[in-house]
Amino acid sequence: MTDYFCASAVRRAQRRVVGALALAFACSGAVADGNPNDPYEAFNRPMFAVNEAIDKYAAKPVAQVYDNAVPLPVKASVGNFFGNAGDLWIGVNSALQGKFGDAGIDIGRLLINSTVGIFGLFDVASELGLERHDEDFGQTLAVWGVGGGGYLFWPVIGPRNVRDTVGFAVGTYADPVMYVRPVSVRNSMAALRFVDIRASLLPSDRVVEEAALDKYAYIRDAYLQRRRSQIFDGRPPRLDD
Amino acid sequence: MMKKLFALLFAGFVVSAAYAQEAPDVLVQRVTDDVLEIIRKDRDIQNGDTHKVIELVDKKVLPHFNFSHMTALALGKDWRKASPQQQQQLTAEFKTLLVRTYANALTGYRNQKVVYKPLKMAPTDSDVLVRTEVLQPGSKPVQLDYSLEKLESGWKVYDVVVAGISLVTNYRDQFGQEVRNGGIDGLIASIAAKNKSLEANSKK
Repeated sequence: MTDYFCASAVRRAQRRVVGALALAFACSGAVADGNPNDPYEAFNRPMFAVNEAIDKYAAKPVAQVYDNAVPLPVKASVGNFFGNAGDLWIGVNSALQGKFGDAGIDIGRLLINSTVGIFGLFDVASELGLERHDEDFGQTLAVWGVGGGGYLFWPVIGPRNVRDTVGFAVGTYADPVMYVRPVSVRNSMAALRFVDIRASLLPSDRVVEEAALDKYAYIRDAYLQRRRSQIFDGRPPRLDD
Repeated sequence: MMKKLFALLFAGFVVSAAYAQEAPDVLVQRVTDDVLEIIRKDRDIQNGDTHKVIELVDKKVLPHFNFSHMTALALGKDWRKASPQQQQQLTAEFKTLLVRTYANALTGYRNQKVVYKPLKMAPTDSDVLVRTEVLQPGSKPVQLDYSLEKLESGWKVYDVVVAGISLVTNYRDQFGQEVRNGGIDGLIASIAAKNKSLEANSKK
């Protein structure tokens, strides 16, 4: 009964993507015997399959070409450049979480790397002992007490629970790359950053392929552990057992 | 003759006692430096020779791991449902899986730098977390932590945590699913099948 209602309702709402997604969550939430960590598994597994296909035929081959063709110092500078562009938002999030000392370091990093580090191409600040922090708006929401709201897997942007999906959306507004004009340059930069990130993940591909009994579950549980660790700045309280 | 033999035996005891008492952070650093030094010089391993790197891990790393504790941790509550014999089989299969996948990860090592964090530890502690960090140009540093417990034979690693992800407890849900579907024997069969397919692939 519920299933029939859901199926037809989803079809009706198809054109309005948001509505369809909201319904899909509500419907898959009705499944009783699912994993409590993954209430939307019925939605996530197909999305994961879509992402695997995109990755296999587009993202990964491009990242491999980039990884093989570009010399290491250039790749390092690309990583540093986008890292530097992200330090401002990291600093804002440190401050929003009340870590003002960290925020000072983040802004200091931005100033040093943008000048001495030649527009962020060199990470001079790290060599001076100012380490990059790992903050984003999803973590800030968690520190403020906002609940995770269920695990989701999105094509292209990958695993994010509801809280991190909101954090990601807010983060794109604070992303300096998104304000670069002309639009063609902005798009090229966003694409380069995506390829750079994907290329940095290439070594872990094989590990996940080999280690996982169920790749979907392996990635989900790794994501959940990783975010928990990040929220507690690398020192999460121990879980039982 | 007898004297020499005694001297030798005694020296042996002293050496093994020294290793047994080696502090956990010193142990982690010694083994890591040792292994990375070998990989740095070995072209075959850098080119992805699975068997050679597994041999290296077998010899240098495995003596310092407690695999039955790791397997128990990966299974959680289901561990107690397994008979001693099943526990043995599980440990053997899980060990093969972990060694193969993470030995292969070592073949990707390319001169990243490992930083060892100072260890806060009381002399009576029998369970500690040794923290390290892997640095690579252009990327965020990656945390790499080891949980160690003190046994009579010395400190043994029972969990490895990469960037906040425990390589051991990350299996808990997958294993639980297998146990729900086919019992403990079903889980043993699944891991064994996975190991077989990895072995077959590496022979190609």
